[in-house]
Amino acid sequence: MATPATGVDLARAIVIDPTLPADWLVVAPSILTILGGAICLMARKNTEAQPRVAILFLTLLVLACGGLFVHVLDKGVVNMVMGRWLPPFGIAFTADITGAALALTASIVALAAGIYGAVDIDTSGRRYGFYPFLLLLMTGVCGAFLTGDIFNLYVWFEVLLISSFGMLVLGNEKEQLDGAVKYAVLNIIATTLFLISTGLLYGLFGTLNMADIAIKTRESGLTGPLASIAVLYLLAFGMKAAAFPVNFWLPASYHTPRIVVSAVFAGLLTKVGVYALLRIFILLMPQARIALTDVIALVAIATMITGIFGALAQTDIRRLFGYLVISGIGSMLAGLAIGTTAAVAGTIFYAIHSVIVMTALYMAAGIMHSMGGSYSLRKLGGLYGASPAFAAVFLVLAFGVAGLPPFSGFWPKVILVDAALATGHGWLAGTILLTGLLTSIAVGRVWVFAFWRGGAEGTVDGGAVALPAADPVLTRAAVWLPLGVLLTLVVLLGVLPEPFFQISGRGASGLVDPLGYVRAVFGGSL
Amino acid sequence: MEATFSILIGLFFAVSVYLVMSRQIVRILLGIGILGNAVNLLIFTSGRLTREVPPVIPPEAVTPLEATANPLPQALILTAIVISFSFFAFLLVLAFRAYQELGTDDANEMRVAEPVGDAAPPQGY
Repeated sequence: MATPATGVDLARAIVIDPTLPADWLVVAPSILTILGGAICLMARKNTEAQPRVAILFLTLLVLACGGLFVHVLDKGVVNMVMGRWLPPFGIAFTADITGAALALTASIVALAAGIYGAVDIDTSGRRYGFYPFLLLLMTGVCGAFLTGDIFNLYVWFEVLLISSFGMLVLGNEKEQLDGAVKYAVLNIIATTLFLISTGLLYGLFGTLNMADIAIKTRESGLTGPLASIAVLYLLAFGMKAAAFPVNFWLPASYHTPRIVVSAVFAGLLTKVGVYALLRIFILLMPQARIALTDVIALVAIATMITGIFGALAQTDIRRLFGYLVISGIGSMLAGLAIGTTAAVAGTIFYAIHSVIVMTALYMAAGIMHSMGGSYSLRKLGGLYGASPAFAAVFLVLAFGVAGLPPFSGFWPKVILVDAALATGHGWLAGTILLTGLLTSIAVGRVWVFAFWRGGAEGTVDGGAVALPAADPVLTRAAVWLPLGVLLTLVVLLGVLPEPFFQISGRGASGLVDPLGYVRAVFGGSL
Repeated sequence: MEATFSILIGLFFAVSVYLVMSRQIVRILLGIGILGNAVNLLIFTSGRLTREVPPVIPPEAVTPLEATANPLPQALILTAIVISFSFFAFLLVLAFRAYQELGTDDANEMRVAEPVGDAAPPQGY
């Protein structure tokens, strides 16, 4: 690039070297999903083509996220600035191991949901835009995982939020509108709080680049304004992550939409909140996290306990699973409260596990509904007789979410309990174990009533099994394939945990020690 | 200048918090509308206020001669305005549809998704 006649040295303002082709992978997830969403939107009336286009783009998304993940594992943190402005001026996309691993997990879950949705979402649902919303939701989710700019993170939160509104009210039923009002109002207040904190943070440090903020908070130490901003962030992302006591939007809304929408929400949305908490409190403001340790620990304990008690009190399995999402968030917050590298690794591992297992559980609930004709534990029954194989699948998922070996929930809990005991947080360790026990009771009860019992309530034990005619639609491969993939992952995480230990461990040390992150953003100048 | 704005912003927040805590959906929506504007003013003030210094660079210089108004908060606010406006529009429609279907705008009476006296799970069989 030629230097203009004014004699300004452009190298001081913009990145002169062309971006490496592999580095373009950082923005590929967002570009692919926006493109796919736009095509699906244009093909709104072509309800046959929409699922195909969407599944194609979601497959590309999985490939892009997978490629990015391998690239990051290989080369360390990857950074790209928009418009080539040097950081901290340009908006940076910065992918570290944590972000890339979560983006990959999220994209797999989204592909599974896209395939499942081909059966679960009827023509009118497609016409009202299930697939565009799903793709744009993924734009927001991947963007949030990969961005390196805190205002940009806010924008991605809003992108995923508005898409989730569209998915939530897809059927326009009374229940959905009721749930959506509460979901929408509380989530908008949460993102506004996020914006308030970001505005104040900008006022304090004059920068929005995360790597830049990470340096400046470490230089300034914990000051009064920083502590207030940290508390505001905790409230904002606590609301997004469904932490007690600001989680009432979740049980009010997650059981109302189509089951595949619930599955996507339960898998992805709250985990983005947890991810943002990790970014803010581990990478950006470690001093504030230390000051708030007791508060976060109390919130974690209350979230676990209220979540699992809520699950024990539910008859509707969708609402029951919604409360299980909440108690899982509590476990992840426990890792944040402890804050050591091991504990943060436990949180990341738990987040990956939770994304997969919660989506799979909701998908299984959809199959239970089509087999047994109801979501109520009082009306379900005899599913074991109808399909012993599916009963086994559900049992694996139940063990996975309860944290029983050898399935996916076991290892993150082991790491978290170990880290809690090592740092003298006996209460957190005890609560995690108690929650595990109560979770096994809650999901065990679902299995006993819906599968093991001979029929609906009132059926004599050993009596005739007369299931309502199974919905023929749900015997198709499009339902079993995604569930099978997620089930395989649940087993894989449990049986072969070693690579996941390493990934989450490396991700956590990248957050706790920001040197690699900062170097990748600012180049050799630091 | 910043102090005056801070007081104004505080007033905006007070009004919006008061409205959001109401039971009527319409009031909650008004509260959210004011909350959005309060945040915009907050970002604006966070960027520090500089009056009457346009960012014009004289022909002989390559950088502005004195500190000019900060353009970044304006860009942030522009983004935030667009987002809050579109969300507000969506919320208005959602609230209207909810009112049509549920026949109430009282948040306490919206109990379709979580019915009062829901049956407890079975204890045994």
